[in-house]
Amino acid sequence: MNNQNLIETIKIKHIEDIINYYEEYGYLNVVIKPESIRNIISYLKTDEDLKFEMLVDLVSIDYSQFPEKKPGRFGLAYHLKSITHNHRVAIRVYLPEENPEIDSIHDFYKNANWLEREAWDQMGIKFKGHPNLKRILNHKEFVGHPLRKDYPIDRRQWLSEPDDLMDEMEKRLKEKGIIR
Amino acid sequence: MGVKNFNPNEQLPYITTTREAVLAWGRKNSLWPMPFGTACCAIEFMGVVSSVFDISRFGAELVRFSPRQSDLLIVAGTITYKMGPILKQIYDQMSDPKWVISMGVCASSGGFYNNYCTMQGIDHIIPVDVYIAGCPPRPEAILDAVLKIQEKIENPHKTPPAQFQVKEPKFDY
Repeated sequence: MNNQNLIETIKIKHIEDIINYYEEYGYLNVVIKPESIRNIISYLKTDEDLKFEMLVDLVSIDYSQFPEKKPGRFGLAYHLKSITHNHRVAIRVYLPEENPEIDSIHDFYKNANWLEREAWDQMGIKFKGHPNLKRILNHKEFVGHPLRKDYPIDRRQWLSEPDDLMDEMEKRLKEKGIIR
Repeated sequence: MGVKNFNPNEQLPYITTTREAVLAWGRKNSLWPMPFGTACCAIEFMGVVSSVFDISRFGAELVRFSPRQSDLLIVAGTITYKMGPILKQIYDQMSDPKWVISMGVCASSGGFYNNYCTMQGIDHIIPVDVYIAGCPPRPEAILDAVLKIQEKIENPHKTPPAQFQVKEPKFDY
């Protein structure tokens, strides 16, 4: 399905959720309202003509020093790919500077769990409904979100004791029935 | 150690030495390294252990992955702040006497990772005997570091040449 057909198929049911859309390098970008992310994603994943089974990446962007004016300080881009129909789309949202919050989509895509944790860790975007929203790359005593443009790149923070990852491990071991 | 007194009238030749010299001789020729490999320097260390460069010519080929069985810690790779307490724990678990080689520029000074997550040299948390420059170092440099450690074991009180003397590091935290 080409980009023209894609956006028309999305528009059929979600015309009021879409703010605008554009094509860059042959790649369809759809800017939507943050509150309708779960509706759009579930539609894109389950619709027979779209069938976006794969979340390729979830990217968070800080637009505070971007030359072009954007509707909010933070941006999120959900890159989706359909393995059945072999087409791609990027869903973009813009979030305000104070309290950037969006609904979690961890139940649609399993890898969104870690991708959202990374976006929380590095950029400080909260995902409502996430089962385990804690830092994934930085250590537990880290203060601040280092990929924000106002975080000084050489502000280093010490860790006094190793991170304990057993809380996640035990949960998974219980799921697999290895421990009780 | 050496032949300090040889009496030709005796039936058997004998040598005199000190207990420390014998221990140092034994230690320096049977170093058991513990590789703490976190990055590409660890790949380079594999090349040193295998047959072309062959660290076993210097008696340090018995690579142990348990800190309790080894006496030479080779920190090969970038150490982040998240990894720091683990490295300290590994160092504490090694039994005395122990020596540390900081292999490569990342372990020695942070290298080009001048950012929020990389430790600017492992000497912030553990003492280091020999630093190796390079990104990654040539295998000959690692063999040279092992020889330097052997020299240090043999003469523990010898001071290095003036150009290699390092002041006690002073940190501002």
